[in-house]
Amino acid sequence: MPVRLYLNNVGKSFTMHLQGGTVIPVVKQVEFSVNAGECVVLGGPSGAGKSSILKMIYGNYRCDEGQILVTVGDEIINIAGAEPRRMLSLREATIGYVSQFLRTIPRVSAEDVVAEPLIAQGASEAEGVDTARALLSRLNVPERLWTLPPATFSGGEQQRVNIARGFIAHYPILLLDEPTASLDAANRAVVVRLVEEKKEKGVAMVGILHDQDVREQIADRIIDVTGFAAEAA
Amino acid sequence: MNAFQAEDPLLQVHNVTRYYGDRVGCLDVSFDLWPGEVLAIVGESGSGKTTLLNCLSTRLAPTTGAIEYRMRDGAMRNLYQLTEAERRLLMRTDWGFVHQNAADGLRMNVSAGANVGERLMAIGDRHYGNIRSIADDWLGRVEIESDRIDDDPRSFSGGMRQRLQIARNLVTRPRLVFMDEPTGGLDVSVQARLLDLLRRLVADLGLSVVIVTHDLAVARLLSHRIMVMRHGNVIESGLTDQVLDDPREPYTQLLVSSILQV
Repeated sequence: MPVRLYLNNVGKSFTMHLQGGTVIPVVKQVEFSVNAGECVVLGGPSGAGKSSILKMIYGNYRCDEGQILVTVGDEIINIAGAEPRRMLSLREATIGYVSQFLRTIPRVSAEDVVAEPLIAQGASEAEGVDTARALLSRLNVPERLWTLPPATFSGGEQQRVNIARGFIAHYPILLLDEPTASLDAANRAVVVRLVEEKKEKGVAMVGILHDQDVREQIADRIIDVTGFAAEAA
Repeated sequence: MNAFQAEDPLLQVHNVTRYYGDRVGCLDVSFDLWPGEVLAIVGESGSGKTTLLNCLSTRLAPTTGAIEYRMRDGAMRNLYQLTEAERRLLMRTDWGFVHQNAADGLRMNVSAGANVGERLMAIGDRHYGNIRSIADDWLGRVEIESDRIDDDPRSFSGGMRQRLQIARNLVTRPRLVFMDEPTGGLDVSVQARLLDLLRRLVADLGLSVVIVTHDLAVARLLSHRIMVMRHGNVIESGLTDQVLDDPREPYTQLLVSSILQV
């Protein structure tokens, strides 16, 4: 299977200017690749830098060192140092991010929140909303909530709305940031099935999953992030 | 619609500097703005963000530097070399300017309908029935009831005035809109409604926007890209969530860490 994503010698640290310029090293020399149709799970304890690696791939953290190469059609793009508009176009068409936290937008209904990424990829509004409803239903979000803005939903409901939003569109690369944390067994099984469907479509995935049984079901490979630990400066 | 694949920038800003006497307004600012892109300029009061906005919108000539704009015919023109007639036409048709205080952007003693219709008349529309129906349509798009069309904005609440100002600006289908703290001074619930409306209109119309705000939540919701200003300088810029999630400069870190969590 072709390589979709390749991290080459990636390093990251934070300089905390409000704490006297303390430098917090996070990871260094991160190197791995992910093939189409493969799910790679990042392992290691909290604070090992798993989330930082995902955020660098999505571009909301800067990548200080190394390269993050993404295959788009027959082009290879380096995310580290990509122009903002290049990154935005990658996020629209190429890289999706499923997190557990929904950033709610006032007055936008759950089904529209979910449909948005698919519509941005060119689907009609009707097709977007139909697909959104099907996903919300699979994730057991009660139908009476679909037309309401999710700001007042319970934590678990918001999380499932966000999972639907993350899975709805067609991205060749999908990043999973603890999508199953605090879900019940039935909904965990739905997420496992959604991941399997993405694999069948050749999507390359990188995930953080603390849930042992979910991890065993979907991980093709586990990469121990502690191997990339950066020693304190 | 893909806003991020246009070939050519709409606005190019080259080394814009504005002094007030020997005091710095803004210093050596350069950037490009592409069609469909929303750029937020953030920073505290006195950081130079409004000076920069006024320079960009030809309301205040820069001391040095150049600003080029792609006219509808595709030609790049230096804004400060336009004739006065060309500049006025640009400001009335292809651009919008949303003021923080709606009274600065509206005519307070004429009706809501006339406020919206005025820009249509300015570009030559003379058919009264036509102008009125377009005005009515735009009032609807900014959620003002049709039966308020003949009322003047003095009888409107702050949030309604701001929505009317937006309709007045967008009726000529501008390509570039400048906004100066458009949600400042409004109640939070009114602010939320206005933000959602702005977000939809900007996306539906594919507008390019330069928005000045001190509210980082507004910047996060509306903008693709952010520029942080301090003491007249752009100290940090980039993708909005990158600057807010991984701020690099000491001042940006201070700004981000000063947000109150609800």
